[in-house]
Amino acid sequence: MKRREVAKKLKELGKEILEEIKKGENPHIEIPVRGLSNVIFSGDTLQLGDKVAKRYFFHVAHAKKFMQTLLIASFCKSLIDEGIHASLRDMFYNLKRTLPNSKENTFDEQTESDPIVVDLEVTLNVLREQLHLNADVRGRVVGNVIIEDRGDTIDWSKLGSGGWAIPSNVEDLVFKKVKGEFILVVEKNAAFERLHEDKFWKKHKCILLTTQGQAARGARRLIQRLSQEHDLPVYVFTDSDPYGWYIYSVIKYGSMSLAHISDRIGTPSAKFIGLTISDIDKFDLKNWTIKAKEVDIKRAKEMMKYEWFKHPKWQHELKLMIKRGIKAELEALSGKGLRFVTETYLPTKIETQDFLP
Amino acid sequence: MKNTAEKIAKSMKEISVAEFFEKNRHLLGFDNPSKALLMVVKEAVDNSLDACEEARILPEIIIKVKKLEENRFRVVIEDNGPGIVKEKVPSVFGKLLFGSKFHLGRQSRGQQGIGISAAVLYAQLTTGKPAIITSRTSPKEPAYVCHLKIDILKNEPVIIKEEEKEKFREHGVRIELEIEGKYTRRHQSIDEYLRETAIINPHAHIIYYTPEGNKIEFKRVVNHLPPLPKTIKPHPHGVEFGIFERMLKITSSRTIASFLTTDFSRIGRDTAVKICRKAGVKPEAKPRELTHKEIEKLYRVIQETKFIAPPLNCLSPLGEEEFEKGVQQVVNPEFAVAVSRPATVYRGNPFKVEACIAWGGEISKEGPAQILRFANRVPLLYQASACAITKSVQQVNWPNYHISREGNMPVGPIVIAVHIASVWIPYTSESKEAIASYPEIIKEIKLALQECGRKLAAYLRKKRKLQEKELRRKLFERYIPEVAHSLSVLTGEKEKEIFKSLEILANKNVMKEEKGEKT
Repeated sequence: MKRREVAKKLKELGKEILEEIKKGENPHIEIPVRGLSNVIFSGDTLQLGDKVAKRYFFHVAHAKKFMQTLLIASFCKSLIDEGIHASLRDMFYNLKRTLPNSKENTFDEQTESDPIVVDLEVTLNVLREQLHLNADVRGRVVGNVIIEDRGDTIDWSKLGSGGWAIPSNVEDLVFKKVKGEFILVVEKNAAFERLHEDKFWKKHKCILLTTQGQAARGARRLIQRLSQEHDLPVYVFTDSDPYGWYIYSVIKYGSMSLAHISDRIGTPSAKFIGLTISDIDKFDLKNWTIKAKEVDIKRAKEMMKYEWFKHPKWQHELKLMIKRGIKAELEALSGKGLRFVTETYLPTKIETQDFLP
Repeated sequence: MKNTAEKIAKSMKEISVAEFFEKNRHLLGFDNPSKALLMVVKEAVDNSLDACEEARILPEIIIKVKKLEENRFRVVIEDNGPGIVKEKVPSVFGKLLFGSKFHLGRQSRGQQGIGISAAVLYAQLTTGKPAIITSRTSPKEPAYVCHLKIDILKNEPVIIKEEEKEKFREHGVRIELEIEGKYTRRHQSIDEYLRETAIINPHAHIIYYTPEGNKIEFKRVVNHLPPLPKTIKPHPHGVEFGIFERMLKITSSRTIASFLTTDFSRIGRDTAVKICRKAGVKPEAKPRELTHKEIEKLYRVIQETKFIAPPLNCLSPLGEEEFEKGVQQVVNPEFAVAVSRPATVYRGNPFKVEACIAWGGEISKEGPAQILRFANRVPLLYQASACAITKSVQQVNWPNYHISREGNMPVGPIVIAVHIASVWIPYTSESKEAIASYPEIIKEIKLALQECGRKLAAYLRKKRKLQEKELRRKLFERYIPEVAHSLSVLTGEKEKEIFKSLEILANKNVMKEEKGEKT
C-alpha cells in the first residue's frame, strides 16, 4: 500500500467522524475486537473475526479512548505527511501532556498508547510500519542474497560474523538476487552463530535467519516475502519446549494479538525441523535433556487445546513432553560434538524430510 | 428474745430512704465522679423541661458548670418554668421520693424517679454544701431563696437559711449545687447529653456555659410545645403481677368487678363479671380481702382473656418535622429525614417509634455511624450495645440504601436517631439506660429506619446523578479541544468550526443522558 493511500485512509476516518458531528450524532469509531474471542483459525493462519466494538465520544467510559485514538491518528497523519518515522516511545512522549485546567494527562503510560496503535491498524487495515511507526527491531540474516534498502545495495553474504540486522520495516526492500534452496529460521542467536561459523548456509545453499526469541514483525514479514516471492521452503529450528514451538506457530500462522495482519506476516508453508521430543530418542540426546518445569507442562496442556496444534503429530509431541516431563535446548546437540548440528542433525532431518507440519 | 426482736425492728425503721441512698448511690447513677456530674445536670434539666411543658411554657434553660478546683464543681441550672410555691420548695428539693413522677399510664421523662433531691443529697455528701434554690411563681411576688440540706436519717429537708429576692426572672427555678465530680467532653458527658437533649426537644432554648468557659447555645427551632401526654388507665395486659397486687391494695373501688372496670381500660361490666366467675372470685368481693391464691387466679384469667388494644392517643411524639429540625440544628447535616411510625402496642402498652437519619454536612466521614437513642424525650447515653435501638440498627441492610457497612454497623457521614415514646418503656434494667428487645419494638424501629433509608437513598441517587452529569460535562469539555485539533489535522478542516460543533453537541448530549435517566 502506498504512502498516499494510508494518508487517505486516515483522512477518511476523520471525515466520517466529522460527518457525524455535523449531523448532530454521537461521533464514533468502529474497531474490530481483538483477543481470543474474535480470533478464528482458518486452517492456514489466525484470522480476526468480524466482531466490532464501537467507541463513542459522548460516552463517559469511551470518551478518553476516543480522544486518544484521534490523537494517535492525527500524529500518524503528520508523520506520513512529513515523511518521517517514529518509535512507539517517541509517539508516547510526543503526545503525552496534561490537559488544560485539570490534572489529567492525555496518556499516563506507554502501555496506554501502544494498544491504541494496534486499534488503529485493525480499524484502517494497515500495518504499523505503514503508519510510519517503527516496531521492535530484532533478528539477523545471512545468505547468498543481494538487496536494496533505502538506496543502499547490501550483500548478505559479505557481512562478516554479524549478518544483516533486520529492520522493522521491510516493505520497501527490493530483492536483487536470491540464491538458495530453503530458509532456515533459528530461534536462538547462539545457534545462529554456530551455524554461521560453520558456513552452514553456504554448504547447504540456504538463507540462515535468527529471530532472536519471539519473532518481531520485520523478521516475520521478511520470512514471508522471501518464501512467497522466491518460492522457498521455510524450516524452523527451535528449542524442544512449548515456548520454542509457539515461536514456530507464530511464524507459520500469526499470533493472537496480531491476528489482523496474519495474512501479511504469516508463512503458512513453514515447517518445523526440530527439536522435537522424538528427536531425543532418534539422535540419542537423553543425556542432555532438562527436566520440564511446572509452567512448561501447563503451557503444553494449553497448547494442546489450540486449533492450530491439533495435528496428530503435534498432539503426539506435546503428550510425549507432558508424559516424560523433559525438554531440550538447541545446544543439547552440542553434547554430541560441536559440529553435530551442522554435519549430522540438520542434514539428516532435511534429507529424510523429517518435519512436523 | 422479744426485746431483741423489737430493738431490731426499731433500728430497721430508722434506715431512711436518704440513708439507703447514701450507702447505695450507684443504684441511682451516681457511681463515679464523671457520671455523677452528668446525673446532677440531667436531673435538673429533665425537671425543668417537664415543669415547662406542664405549664405550657416554651422552655429556656441555662446551665452553668464551673470548675472550682480539681474534681469540684459548682453547677447552676436555671429555667423559665412556672416556679415552685415557697411552701413546697423544701420538700421538692430536700426529701427523696417526694412528688415523684410515677404516674401509672402516662408518658413522662421520669427517668430515675428519685430526681433532683438525690442530686441535693449527693452534693451534701461530697462537699457538705447546701443546695441554694431560687424560685419565683409570679412577677408580682419576690423570688424565694432557700439554702437547703437533707436530714439523712429522717429524710426531711433542713432549711439553713431563707430570704426574699427581687432581682430574678419573672418566673422560674434556679438551683445551685456544689459537688464533687469529673468533667469529660466526649461520650457520656454533659456536652453530649445537652446536645442530644436539644435534638429531642427542639422547642427548648438551651444555653450552656462549659467548665472551660465556652458558651454553647442551642436555639429554639420549633415554636410550639409538644402536646401534653394524656393519662390513661393501664391496659389489663400491660400490668405485671406485682403492680396488679399493689393496685388491689390501693384501689378506692369497693368490689372486684368495679375495680376491674374503673381501674383498667378496655374492661366492661360484663367482661369483669365473666373474669370473676372464671377465676372463682365473687364479683362483689372486696379487693383488699382477696387471698394470694385468688389474686393469682384472677391475674391469670385476665392474661388469658382477649381485650381490644389500648387507646393510642395518650402518647406525645416529637413529630417528623420537629425531629428533622432538632437534628438539623445540632448536627448540621446536608440532608435529614425523619419518619414517625403510627402508634402500636407491645404487651398492652402503647408505644410509638420515630426515627431520623442525617447525612453529610458536618458529620464526620470516618468511622461508624453515630446512633442517638431517645426514650420519652430523654437521651440514653449508656449501655448502647444492650439496647433494642442499637440491635435494630444492626439488623437493617444498609447497603440497600447506599450506606456502607463494617461488620453490622453502618459507616460514613451518617447520624441515626431513634425516639421511642411510651407510657411504659421496657428498660433492660433498673438503671433505665437501654430498651429491652421486644420483637414488636424491634420491628417498629426497623420499619422506621428502612423508611428513612429509602428516602435517604433517593436523595443520594439524585445527588449522584447530578454529580455524574457535572463530571460528564467537564470530561467532554476537557477532551473537546484535543478532538477538534486532531480532526482538523486529519481532515484539513478548520479547528475552530469543529470545536464549535462539538461544544453544541456536548451540551445536547449531557442534557440527553440526563433526560434518559429520569425515565
